[in-house]
Amino acid sequence: MRTTQALFKLRGSIHPEYFKGLARDKDIVAMPLPKQLCVSMAQHLGAPAKPIVSKGDHVLKGQRIGEAAGFISAHVHAPTSGTVTAVEDGPTVTGTLALRVVIEPDGQDTPANALPPIKDWTTAGRDTILARIADAGIAGMGGAGFPTRVKLSPPPDKPIDTLIINGAECEPYLTADHRVMLERAEQIWQGCEIMRSLLGVKTVRIAIENNKPEAIKAMQTAIAKADGDVAICILKTEYPQGAEKQQIFATTGREVPSGGLPMDVGCVVENVGTTYAVWDAVVNGNPLIERVTTVTGHPVAEPRNVLARIGTSYADLLAFCGGLTCDAVKIVSGGPMMGIAQSNLETTTTKTTSGLLFLEASRVPEYTSMPCISCGRCVVACPMDLLPAELSNRIEAGDYDAAESLNILDCIECGCCAFICPAHRPLVQHFKMGKSRVILKRRQAQTKS
Amino acid sequence: MDWMPVLITSGTIGGVGLACGSALALAAKFLSVPEDPKIAELEGILPGVNCGGCGFAGCADYAKAIASGAASVDLCAPGGPDVLKKLAAATGQEATATEKQVAMVLCQGNEHRAVHKHIYNGVADCNAAAMVAGGDMLCTYGCLGYGSCAFVCPVGAIAIKENLATIHPELCIGCKACIKACPRGIIRMVPESRSVHVLCSSKDKGPVAKKACQVACIGCKMCVKLGGEAFEMDGFLAKRNYAIPATSDTAIEKCPGKCIVKIGASEATTQTAPADGAPSGSHA
Repeated sequence: MRTTQALFKLRGSIHPEYFKGLARDKDIVAMPLPKQLCVSMAQHLGAPAKPIVSKGDHVLKGQRIGEAAGFISAHVHAPTSGTVTAVEDGPTVTGTLALRVVIEPDGQDTPANALPPIKDWTTAGRDTILARIADAGIAGMGGAGFPTRVKLSPPPDKPIDTLIINGAECEPYLTADHRVMLERAEQIWQGCEIMRSLLGVKTVRIAIENNKPEAIKAMQTAIAKADGDVAICILKTEYPQGAEKQQIFATTGREVPSGGLPMDVGCVVENVGTTYAVWDAVVNGNPLIERVTTVTGHPVAEPRNVLARIGTSYADLLAFCGGLTCDAVKIVSGGPMMGIAQSNLETTTTKTTSGLLFLEASRVPEYTSMPCISCGRCVVACPMDLLPAELSNRIEAGDYDAAESLNILDCIECGCCAFICPAHRPLVQHFKMGKSRVILKRRQAQTKS
Repeated sequence: MDWMPVLITSGTIGGVGLACGSALALAAKFLSVPEDPKIAELEGILPGVNCGGCGFAGCADYAKAIASGAASVDLCAPGGPDVLKKLAAATGQEATATEKQVAMVLCQGNEHRAVHKHIYNGVADCNAAAMVAGGDMLCTYGCLGYGSCAFVCPVGAIAIKENLATIHPELCIGCKACIKACPRGIIRMVPESRSVHVLCSSKDKGPVAKKACQVACIGCKMCVKLGGEAFEMDGFLAKRNYAIPATSDTAIEKCPGKCIVKIGASEATTQTAPADGAPSGSHA
């Protein structure tokens, strides 16, 4: 049995109700092509891609339609064959506008075959594989969407000794990663081997929360023949175990310094979905054009784990899952803790859409925010060791300098503090606003000097 | 009673006090750093609102900067021509008075006129509201009405009425704090003497803008035809050219979007200096 228990316990954590049963036992189903696909150029962290097709062009499945614009950026590919009907501004999940390519599928799904499969990747060489990962446009599929190529080519002064595969999926409701581990365990392990050879590391930890015993079993079977220090790290079920820095602490006991990256402590963390995408891109030559998204929530007629093309609108996803059985008052892209509320269903899926959640009125209580009672529960709950109450008060008073000196930029916006706050203070919202203000201020100071 | 301990104690304490006192007196005489008397004089002239509109950390800091020659005397917006004249006289610099500029919210979309796209129940701050699905209004350019500008206004010149920020021109001191606070960038400085304004910032095409708000500019160019050079077009949005006075009211009456309004008395026909700064939205 190649399993270890988590070495360390999270500093702060919460135990929300999980509701994973809604979609946990539903197989991944491929969704038929919708009538229209709107592929956003802002799919990943960093600079949005630059569209390289124009209205009227005919594109093939997997053809590159967006060019990476800069080092931290990723290519975007056509999810199916069809005609480009528009290249226009469209809403993103955060409500801002970004360029998107609208494709009307021709129904043929003709592949472009632009990337030849690399069947024997062990002899292909590091640069070929890295180039392939970049060409396939792979970005982290856990949520932030950090371009994978950048993550897998750390600078020489940052030696990496541990690869962590993140299968924690600590967000309530979401089961996409769980299903991917169950149904594609062997491929995930292959993808993991590819990344392991790229990084030249021996130690691999596959971190899974103990509320997914089937996934743990499936992954155990997959790694049975592995050589080197490979093990499943069983994490206690608590939120936010899946957060990158928290996971590194739980599996290795190392702490990422303030403002630092996992590579500062010799770790690279990749989501299980990303790992599968790496395998698919290298071995099959498929660019990242589809992903598993959990469409869930009590109002949804048939919660499912849908394998949908990137660019599918939320309305089409919902229709595929049978629509709503009762009114939903809140639509969240992602999970309930860190997801982003949506104001319509026109938004389309991206490489980072792990779930689409519909919540009915009884699960969206409206609170009146009250002054802080200084109980300190948020300080205990904060996994980043911050002082949420103090930060929130400072931001409410408009004192962003003080918030900066209280390390607001270390906040991972996990929502533990707001979840636990008895005064129902909108803590995370304050921090999101404060972080954007502090970042803006730093940028302005930089341009001045 | 034995008076000796009392005398010794009071003598010691008195002696220590005397020694320290004389040391301080000597230090004040010999170690003092002479401060430019100009600074105190200039600070007395400045209005003392500490609004930060000049770019310095309050009136005292600005006075110091003028005295050292690091700043010109014409940066104090709240002071107006009076303060400028006095500062110029005190420093010997020459300065020509420009017309007072006041802030104006270029939007009329209150809760009855503008269409909401979702219900927002988070932090009552425009910057926070704009981060949730791009704000709760269908118009992506208009006032959100959560009062971030009113919160930073040092003189309380901004009122939020029916989810719309309105700035009182008589109270506004022109410090531009509200312009920095507004996430939509729809507050602009306008010359005080001008009373005709285009109160819309939507750059959307006519049908889109109209769907989002009853008082939107639809880009019909009617005002440019009727009002001449007093109005100009920026894509699908009409803008006021404040250098040219708008003397006729026909453009106001004929505007199909009802987004041109007159606040106060009619404009005189004299020319005025163009409103400073870039058009609204540029700082975002």
